[in-house]
Amino acid sequence: MNIDLTDEELAFRDEVRAFFQNELPPQVKEKIQRGLRISREDQIAYQQALYAKGWAGANWPEEYGGTGWSATQKYIFNNEAAAARAPRIIPFGLTMVAPVIYTFGNEEQKQRFLPDILASKVWWCQGYSEPNAGSDLAGLKTRAVRDGDHYIVNGTKTWTTLGHYADWIFCLVRTSDTGKKQEGISFLLIDMNSPGVSVTPIITLDGRREVNEVNFDEVRVPVENLVGEEGKGWTYAKVLLTHERTNIAGVATSKQRLERLRNMLAEPPAGMPSLVDNSVYMARVMETEIELKALEFTELRVLSAVATGKAPGPESSILKIKGTEVQQMIDELYLEAAGHYALPFVPEQYEEGGEANMIEPHFAPDTAPHYYNNRKVTIFGGTNEIQKNIIAKAVLEL
Amino acid sequence: MDFALNDIQQMLQDSAAKFIQNDYDFETRRRLSESELGYSEENWKLFAELGWLALPFDEEYGGLGGNLTDLMVLQIELGRGLVVEPFFSSVVLGGNLIQRHGSASQRAELLEPLIAGELKLAFAYIEPQSHTSITDIETSAERSEAGYRLTGHKAVVLGGPSADLLLVAARTSGKRGDRNGLSLFLVDPAQPGVTLKSYPTNDGFRAADIHFDDAKASLLGEVDSAHGAIQATLDDAIVALSAEAVGVMEKLLDATVEFCKVRKQFGQPIGKFQVLQHRMADMFMECEQTRSMLYFGAITATAGGEEASRAASMLKVKVGSAGRLVGQQAVQLHGGMGVSDELDVGHFFKRITMINTLLGSRDEHLQRLIGDAQVA
Ligand SMILES: Cc1cc2nc3c(=O)[nH]c(=O)nc-3n(C[C@H](O)[C@H](O)[C@H](O)COP(=O)(O)OP(=O)(O)OC[C@H]3O[C@@H](n4cnc5c(N)ncnc54)[C@H](O)[C@@H]3O)c2cc1C
Repeated sequence: MNIDLTDEELAFRDEVRAFFQNELPPQVKEKIQRGLRISREDQIAYQQALYAKGWAGANWPEEYGGTGWSATQKYIFNNEAAAARAPRIIPFGLTMVAPVIYTFGNEEQKQRFLPDILASKVWWCQGYSEPNAGSDLAGLKTRAVRDGDHYIVNGTKTWTTLGHYADWIFCLVRTSDTGKKQEGISFLLIDMNSPGVSVTPIITLDGRREVNEVNFDEVRVPVENLVGEEGKGWTYAKVLLTHERTNIAGVATSKQRLERLRNMLAEPPAGMPSLVDNSVYMARVMETEIELKALEFTELRVLSAVATGKAPGPESSILKIKGTEVQQMIDELYLEAAGHYALPFVPEQYEEGGEANMIEPHFAPDTAPHYYNNRKVTIFGGTNEIQKNIIAKAVLEL
Repeated sequence: MDFALNDIQQMLQDSAAKFIQNDYDFETRRRLSESELGYSEENWKLFAELGWLALPFDEEYGGLGGNLTDLMVLQIELGRGLVVEPFFSSVVLGGNLIQRHGSASQRAELLEPLIAGELKLAFAYIEPQSHTSITDIETSAERSEAGYRLTGHKAVVLGGPSADLLLVAARTSGKRGDRNGLSLFLVDPAQPGVTLKSYPTNDGFRAADIHFDDAKASLLGEVDSAHGAIQATLDDAIVALSAEAVGVMEKLLDATVEFCKVRKQFGQPIGKFQVLQHRMADMFMECEQTRSMLYFGAITATAGGEEASRAASMLKVKVGSAGRLVGQQAVQLHGGMGVSDELDVGHFFKRITMINTLLGSRDEHLQRLIGDAQVA
């Protein structure tokens, strides 16, 4: 048992560190430094910088342009990215739909879609959930009916993250009503510009537009956009879920956020209360840190099991549950650190040009909206209750 | 021993509940909160007519002479409606300070228009560096022949933007941290030496950071001796705010139970899942425990004295812990709908979250109680 990095791994770490220091797009770097929000364009510029470096496909097989990184290298990359406070990589294209396409898609689909995903030329969004199919995803009703060499799609997807930015959406759709519900589901790729697709905003508790409802009204989708076989969509989506566990816990980001908080506690910026003498608060900081350390090692254990060829099993639900719980503990610590300046609602001060009349400390007014918004992490990607059901059933065999 | 409401309290509760039910549904509240002013002047006049603005004030000034328990009854209902009118800032904080610390003539002069709905107050005491310590005050008042002049920066003044008159805590002698040497001033916010940076709060209210630069100010009550009145007013305010919190929490519980009865997944109402049943049983117990703590706080504070501060801190700790659990679980059990702006539940969640930040958080009061215990 050891966690030492080899010389090659140390060299890799330095290379990644240098990338974040020198090769981040300047406007992105500046916004990070000034604590401003990242726009769609910034996000694309960042992901394209990674692509230029050959680092866009961290989890992809090398034959499709992936990095071929080891688990340790991914771990190093995530830590360095978080330390540089780089934006997260939008997962829908690079880490969600791409694996389905390269694993289950045909040659033509691979050639058509993968290069643009890798180069972040096309923005994807995820169309799984529906108003009446959330936790019970298999109850989904969006229908795709075959009509010659097209499917006609009707129905409503909801909670579609950044759907208003997206060029394409990958959907689970119902192609049959016979047999088990899961067996009538297919995996379909839909161009958001198709006639009949409409996107309406859903505003979240932070007052921002992050999610959408996406409506399909008689949308004609060519049959060549079906991935794999009709009726197998559920299996593909599930394979994707159990394989896609890297970084789901957000350990690297949580570590970085906790470290920044510690620095602020040691030297509070103007307007932030001094909290180091509050032992109740400091105990919470310490407990969070301990939980995070345990989680880091749990994640390393899962990663090393994967590296030795074991597929991550349902026990990796731990990563989702504990990872999101720790994130929310940290949100609460920040909220407390903001003191009274958690109260002003001044979203404009996090936008380019909106910093006149700024409320100091700059981080403070964002802590409450962030806390509100981030209640989502225990809800999406399978709620934490559903994750616990999985542990109870599949791990504990109850 | 009797925890029943008396006739007057029952009437008060009924009239407040009726107002919320008939005139203050969630969409109305949203519209008011997002309006230019941030609340309704018409409602404010109605509050005056209903006698709510008179509730805590002595009869000789036109008040109803109500006690903290009466105020509690009203505040619970206002919490259930998420009412954004500046009742807490203007009446509970501002009015009570005047009643406690104003001279007889100042009380007569100020409480009457306050009760009539013609004067709104805001209390400016927090400073960027002070957090919740009421003795950590740098704003200072200089005495000159023409009266007092005030200089300093007050942070997050609730109801500041709509106040006709500001009550400002400032230092007239002593040094940072001293109890002695604090005074209260009446300041006209419309004068040149006062600059307001107004903003909405992220739970739908209004507040302002206020800079005073050699602003004209007149003394309220006696000089140097405002500490006791401020402390007592804030202790009472904790009880009033906690009452609002109980209203908010009970709404969160009710909304969640209702939602879990109608929301179906896997072919059944999600309320049938035992894990969610237990979660709601926990929320229910926390609501009841908080209500109990509120009664303890109200009764102890009404009696006054040293114990009042301690009881207020204990109550605020309970509200912080229980409010956190109830608010977070309400959102969690609503699934995606819980984080959407559309449903009222998210807005109740925001309010309960910010109630923890106001008047000292759970951590601060807990630390204070531990500190007191060590000294004792
Ligand atoms: C901000 C945000 C972004 C999202 N982005 C996307 C996206 O891009 N694409 C997409 O497809 N979806 C997205 N989602 C949807 C997300 O996956 C769903 O919200 C989630 O699956 C829960 O479904 P629901 O909201 O319908 O809640 P429900 O399923 O109605 O759940 C309500 C409550 O009941 C509980 N519950 C349900 N069933 C059980 C059970 N069997 N046992 C115990 N408890 C149970 C849940 O845990 C929850 O607490 C997003 C959601 C949010 C909030």
